[in-house]
Amino acid sequence: MGEVTVHALRNVDIDLYAGELLVLLGASGSGKSTLLNILGGLDVASSGSLYYHDLCLHTLDSDGLTEYRRAHVGFVFQFYNLIPSLTARENVKLVTDIAKDPMPADEALQLVGLGDRLDHFPSQMSGGEQQRVAIARGVAKRPNVLLCDEPTGALDAQTGKLVLSVLDRVNRETGTTTAIITHNAAIGMLGDTVVHMSSGEIVERTVNSSRASIQDIEW
Amino acid sequence: MPGVLNRKLLRELWQLKGQMLSIALVVATGIMTVITMRGSYDTLVEAQQNYYRDSRFADIWAPLKRAPDTLVSRIAALAGVAAVDTRVTFFATLDLEGLDAPAQGQFVSLPVNGRPVLNDIRIRSGRYLSGAGDEVLISENFAMARQLSPGDTLRAIINGRSRELDIVGIAISPEHTYAVPPGALYPDDERYGVLWMSRDVLGPAYDMDGAFNEVTLSLAVDANPRQVIAELNQLLDPYGGLGAYARENQPSHIILQAELDQNRIMGTAIPIVFLAVAAFLLNLVLSRLISTQRTEIAVLKAFGFRTDEVGWHYLMYALVAVAVGTLLGTLLGLLLGDAYIGMYGKYFDFPNLHYQLKPGLLLMATGISVFAATAGALTAVRRAVAMPPAEAMRPEPPARFRAGWLERMQIASLLPSSMRMILRNIQRKPIHSLLSSVGIAFSVAILVVGMFMLDGVVFMMEQQFSRIQREDLMLTFNESRDDAIYYDLRQLEGVTRVEMYRVVPARLRAGHRQREVSIQGMLPDGRLRRIVASSGETYPLPAQGLVISQRLAQKLDLTRGDSVAIEILEGRRVARHDLIVSGVVKDFMGLSVYMNQDALAQLVQGPKLASGAYLSVDADARAEINRHLKNLPAVAGVTSPAVMLENFESQLADSLYIGISFLVGFASVIAVGVIYNGARISLSERGRELASLRVMGFRRGETARLLLGEQAILTLLAIPLGWLIGYGLSYAVAASLQNDVYRVPFTISSRTYFLSALITLLAAVASALIVRHRVDQLDLIAVLKTRE
Repeated sequence: MGEVTVHALRNVDIDLYAGELLVLLGASGSGKSTLLNILGGLDVASSGSLYYHDLCLHTLDSDGLTEYRRAHVGFVFQFYNLIPSLTARENVKLVTDIAKDPMPADEALQLVGLGDRLDHFPSQMSGGEQQRVAIARGVAKRPNVLLCDEPTGALDAQTGKLVLSVLDRVNRETGTTTAIITHNAAIGMLGDTVVHMSSGEIVERTVNSSRASIQDIEW
Repeated sequence: MPGVLNRKLLRELWQLKGQMLSIALVVATGIMTVITMRGSYDTLVEAQQNYYRDSRFADIWAPLKRAPDTLVSRIAALAGVAAVDTRVTFFATLDLEGLDAPAQGQFVSLPVNGRPVLNDIRIRSGRYLSGAGDEVLISENFAMARQLSPGDTLRAIINGRSRELDIVGIAISPEHTYAVPPGALYPDDERYGVLWMSRDVLGPAYDMDGAFNEVTLSLAVDANPRQVIAELNQLLDPYGGLGAYARENQPSHIILQAELDQNRIMGTAIPIVFLAVAAFLLNLVLSRLISTQRTEIAVLKAFGFRTDEVGWHYLMYALVAVAVGTLLGTLLGLLLGDAYIGMYGKYFDFPNLHYQLKPGLLLMATGISVFAATAGALTAVRRAVAMPPAEAMRPEPPARFRAGWLERMQIASLLPSSMRMILRNIQRKPIHSLLSSVGIAFSVAILVVGMFMLDGVVFMMEQQFSRIQREDLMLTFNESRDDAIYYDLRQLEGVTRVEMYRVVPARLRAGHRQREVSIQGMLPDGRLRRIVASSGETYPLPAQGLVISQRLAQKLDLTRGDSVAIEILEGRRVARHDLIVSGVVKDFMGLSVYMNQDALAQLVQGPKLASGAYLSVDADARAEINRHLKNLPAVAGVTSPAVMLENFESQLADSLYIGISFLVGFASVIAVGVIYNGARISLSERGRELASLRVMGFRRGETARLLLGEQAILTLLAIPLGWLIGYGLSYAVAASLQNDVYRVPFTISSRTYFLSALITLLAAVASALIVRHRVDQLDLIAVLKTRE
């Protein structure tokens, strides 16, 4: 068998604006995760260019990308990825320790509604609570970009809504540019911009005139 | 087992090759020490027994002044005697070129018609004596050190006359397996050799025509050695009997036996420690390794594999590591055993000394490793298969952490988050952590023991040759001399001090216990020799009574103030006296009995005589003095503590340093085995956690520190623990190195503590660097999607 070149992404041209909430929609294998990885400085495109303000991300080496993530990017994972040996507060502090101008860990946890769970370990919290800690951890260093990879993927609908409402509020209150990856089309209504992806290409880009409220979403 | 499972096994073994190799190395180390050390001991013991049997090694020796050959039939008639042999033996100065100190030879007569009845020699090259002229056979080690071979000649001062001797052969003898000059502690093959000459030549030269001055016996199987010795002493008393002694007091045999005993102890103790550590590591590493395969085990079980099939599959990991380790360990053990035996061959002149491996030994060592591996693997496999498949396949909930002693002690809030993570991981698995620390501690302990032995022996030797033996030269006279010789020696140019000494053979008797010893007559104001305890303090010489080694006091069950019966074994008859033990001194060489020279002279009831002298000399005059001493007929031998120390140190360089470099290797293998495996397993358990941190912007170094910090703390905890274990093991080793020839003192230098920690830390850093490389290559993208 000869080798076949498969393009994960093709002809992608996208701008993220300060403070906006972007929803990346697509089925499994559509290339949305690859796009997020590239935006987050985890991966480099084989061709093309990517700028964060004046910083050419496509020319950075692995250490340069680490510094970019460290200074500017917050992440929220599908499976939370909290450090099991640290309490909620400590999980947040772990990140604020390496940030230049972070918000206090307690304040970040207040923001996600967990002010009363500060000293709990991940194993002592529900999935929704764990994901809210992860969001607090993501925003506590006051990143310019918050990237969320299927943040509700492992949660039931009720808890998922709660988590989304937290993301929505954080975006409004802190003005952090936020990108949410999901395969759930209903979530698209939450974003300022919705990008539909399929087979590695952007097939549709919608700008919502106004963001729907969480209560209006059905899934 | 299905073929696909085997393929899974092979692929995973290849993926885990680093870990498997480090486990195999630990097993190899254990097997290797067993095969090298215990195997060498078995080989030496067998060689010794064969040699003694083939050469008809005597059971009893009895030196005397002079007895006619006609006495032989009366000796043979004693009950229990199987065979009798007599001979003429003397010490004489050898005149050798290019030596700064005169050399000494022990001349022993051989029959010209046929071979000796007892203590036969073995010709290594050349031929046996023909009886013609001044033919001589010389001992092999001496021949090698002096590069002499059959056809060469050699000058000796025999009974005051210089004679040229023709070397016709090179020989070895069981009596001189360990050829130590009289008064010395180690062989000095450059300056001391055994020379065999025809009885027909040696007898007349020493006025022993038709007479002998030593008799040797072998005993019947049912003989009572004590009784034979007593009767023999009685028989020889009128002929100047100097006290018969049994094989266990034969000088070469004593040292050989002490060496063999030490070998047996080391050959048992060290392999046990190594195998135990190997077993422990196998257990630790395999159980953690298999724990990380929880999901795979569940899947296999869900597909219907039986528990024993799954168990066998995982057991194979262990057995492959053990098989590789055993193979490697056996090969290395055989090579090392051969080298080890080769090294012994330089000091113990055995014929046919070749390393031989007993299959039973290999089987035992392998069995222990297999058992340890199986036990380790089985506990983990049992835990894994005990879980219902459905539960095992479900993603593992976050590892359970809860507030522990860190919080209770209110330390947690003071520490940075990274330190908290490290400490909580240790706190969460206290047993694993403790066991890992103990494993690393063994690496430290092994180094402490190895270097302690060096410390002990060096300390012992320095004490002996610089604090105890403070003379430049020690002279042995060919027979007891009166004061006249003092003035001869004093007048030699360059001699700054002369102190005469006297050595009198005697038997000490306390109750039913007895022991033959040499009483050393000391000068009360002597400066060159004093009684020095192992602590380095000098012990005052009492005007009357004896000062004896603590070891001898224990053997005879004597304490200070006790009375002891003494039989002087010199002169025409055995004189008996009762003396007080005025002091017991803790020393570390020989079984010494010290006494004031004047009191000793009174005891012997003869004129004041000397057996030899200690000299201080000017360094510039050494060569001149040696030339003079060679020409003094009274001087049978000259030894120099400086030369002895030099000899010892060159031997030390040969054996102890080699041994220590191996210990460093072993310790490193253990440290790397624990630390590398610990870090690798942590990495596989916490890979996702660490990759998440990398995604969130943690630098590679920061992430690696989180992983390796745990190993660093375990290593730091292991060091004091290792010192403690090492201290205990050293104490046990020191206790096992206490014999009549030497007592290794129990002192551990701070250098030993420092180096043992340093070497282990270096091994830890090396392991960390290898694992760090893996942290650098964590897959950051996979972490966003997958659960473990």
